[in-house]
Amino acid sequence: MSYTLQWGVAFDYLPYFLGGALVTLHLTFLGFLAGLIIGITTAVAQVYGSPLMQRTANIYVVFFTNTPSLVTAFFIFFGLPEFGILLSPYLCILINLALNAGAFLADVFRSGIQSVKTTEMEAAEIMGFSLFQKVQYVIAPHIAKTLYPPISNLYIIFILGSALASIFGVEELTGRAFNVDSETFRSIEIYTIAATIYVLMTFAASFALALVGRYVFRVKARMF
Amino acid sequence: MIQQFIDQAPIFFTLNNGLYWLRALMTTLSMALIGCVVGFIFGFVLVYFRTSPIPWLLPLRALLIAYVEIFRRIPFLVLTFLILFASRGFGFQLSLFWVACVTIVLIATAYIAEIIRAGIEAVHRNQWECADVMNFSRARTMLYVIVPQSWVFIVPPAFSYFIMFIKETSLTSQIGTMELMSAGKYFNSIGISPLMAYGTCLLLYFALSYPLTRLGRRIEVRLKNRFKGNMATLRASDQ
Amino acid sequence: MTQLEINGLFAEYSPSLPILEDVSLKIETGEIISIIGPSGSGKSTILRVLVGLLHPSQGHVIVNGTEVNYKSPSALKSMRDTMAMVFQQFNLFQNMSVLRNVMIAPLKIKKEPEAEVEARAKEYLEIMGLGEKFDAYPDQLSGGQQQRVALARALALRPKILLLDEVTSALDPEMVNEVLDAIRVLSTKGITLIIVSHEMAFVREVSDRVIMMDDGKVVEIGTPDEIFTAAKTQRCRDFISNIIQH
Ligand SMILES: Nc1ncnc2c1ncn2[C@@H]1O[C@H](COP(=O)(O)OP(=O)(O)OP(=O)(O)O)[C@@H](O)[C@H]1O
Ligand SMILES: [Mg+2]
Repeated sequence: MSYTLQWGVAFDYLPYFLGGALVTLHLTFLGFLAGLIIGITTAVAQVYGSPLMQRTANIYVVFFTNTPSLVTAFFIFFGLPEFGILLSPYLCILINLALNAGAFLADVFRSGIQSVKTTEMEAAEIMGFSLFQKVQYVIAPHIAKTLYPPISNLYIIFILGSALASIFGVEELTGRAFNVDSETFRSIEIYTIAATIYVLMTFAASFALALVGRYVFRVKARMF
Repeated sequence: MIQQFIDQAPIFFTLNNGLYWLRALMTTLSMALIGCVVGFIFGFVLVYFRTSPIPWLLPLRALLIAYVEIFRRIPFLVLTFLILFASRGFGFQLSLFWVACVTIVLIATAYIAEIIRAGIEAVHRNQWECADVMNFSRARTMLYVIVPQSWVFIVPPAFSYFIMFIKETSLTSQIGTMELMSAGKYFNSIGISPLMAYGTCLLLYFALSYPLTRLGRRIEVRLKNRFKGNMATLRASDQ
Repeated sequence: MTQLEINGLFAEYSPSLPILEDVSLKIETGEIISIIGPSGSGKSTILRVLVGLLHPSQGHVIVNGTEVNYKSPSALKSMRDTMAMVFQQFNLFQNMSVLRNVMIAPLKIKKEPEAEVEARAKEYLEIMGLGEKFDAYPDQLSGGQQQRVALARALALRPKILLLDEVTSALDPEMVNEVLDAIRVLSTKGITLIIVSHEMAFVREVSDRVIMMDDGKVVEIGTPDEIFTAAKTQRCRDFISNIIQH
């Protein structure tokens, strides 16, 4: 038995796949954005919060960084309806993504805050900077330099991780690959095309992030 | 919900079911372990050739760079399906377990190669030159001088990736490998409440990942202490 | 006997930006040669060419009567067998103890018997005043001690020619003398020494000849007295008077 590759059929669905890629992009973009907000809040709570807030924030981070996002997605997907909350699969995945990203980003932000606290702040203290000046001259550049690269990396990882949305029927890139596969049975070709689109999409994202890093945060990121 | 929990507890918490979960746990762990250990070895070989100065290896180097860049950009789930169908389509009778392992190896190789490369680059250039001048071959320089020094940069992030892969293997439940996530699905399918089935799943993943994360931190601290002076020289060289 | 000869040497790190231009030298067996000159004049670059870390773009290097073919790995190997080099910084393998640092190359590369290598390594370390430090790691040593280990390691290779590239310039002042003392010990052993140094008093004391370099070219070659008191070129006189003032 040997499989003969036939690319024609799979290529016919290219526009459909690209539409899926677009869904992947806005899903991850929104989820990650929410994750950034959650992450910063959590990190601030971890460092400056009351003992109770610190504890809660720590539990949240430890929980989500040590469990697969597939399993937490199951809980959100099947758990929320138990409480009478009915959300679309897209929203469920978005929430799951935001909660997961928030936990990983909190880790990044926390170590960022802690490193600012110990080093440059002392210098700023000595030079008598106002709070605003501290943020402007010390904290912001420091965050840009040390946090931007790991955050960009995480974004790429979350684009790849968002493929699990397909399991819950969200028609993003992988979801659409499932659909076309079950219609045409050209599995190898279809998943190859999906994989290729992911490669190109994350390359584009890396490139865009590097540009933003360079011109907004003055980070000289290495593309390769 | 609570009532359901109490009702099902005697059916769920049996020795047989416990063994079932244990087997699933071992499957998860062995997939991640096999994948990462093999990926680590391949990663080393890849970096060794990728950084080779031999001119006629240039095409190979380009290929290896492309490999690393591509396989760090394909979702685990998509690659799992691709390997599954490709192995079936081209007549390799891989069991589902090995399909999952191959997938992890392919991705882990790319990720770990990047870690190893960064670790090797972090060693001061002069260490290479000293060895060169003393007629060390490239392989010997790597073996005796560079790799022992880059360990401190390689092991902690590689260990984090290992933990990440433990969690990623949950996706292989989609092709039906009998690991933890599949166990959760199985118990759910025979009527155990999802909260109990997937809750157990969640707990077991946590029980694997959390102690390993702590262990990873300990290893990191240990290595950093051992190489404190070395790190200082490295920092000085950055200026 | 001429041990090392350099003829019309050109070298560059990036194409068409020559760092060394038309350098020619002759060094006799057992001679102690110092190279002086301003920063960036190409002193290190000469040494790097001599040990094959940088390949010349033109010119010849002749070691013990044979011209070195830089294209041939085996020729480079045999050239390196006759030479040892100590760098300015990061000389020691950070992952090895002092003794291991000194032993590794004779043991693993030259495949000499372990007992003999160990005895020799210990002897050289004793000479360098490091008898107590066999098991220490580089990060537990001061800069001066590290450089003395590096000298012992170079000696353990039993080189015909020893190249020292500003071995004291990364050290705190109080450690400079202990390293210079160690080099003084070497200078009586009959090894050909090529020393790049900014320690002018030391250069004047130990050298048989001094080479003044500027901008990739040899400006003047002479005995220490000639160079330091009666230099023929204006450039050399300026450099010396500048250095002496500081
Ligand atoms: N790896 C390199 N790549 C490119 N250019 C280099 C490199 N190393 C040295 N150079 C350049 O070559 C020139 C000569 O450098 P070299 O190190 O030989 O000077 P030097 O005389 O040893 O100076 P110093 O006393 O500061 O050590 C300098 O202009 C330097 O910028
Ligand atoms: Mg120099």
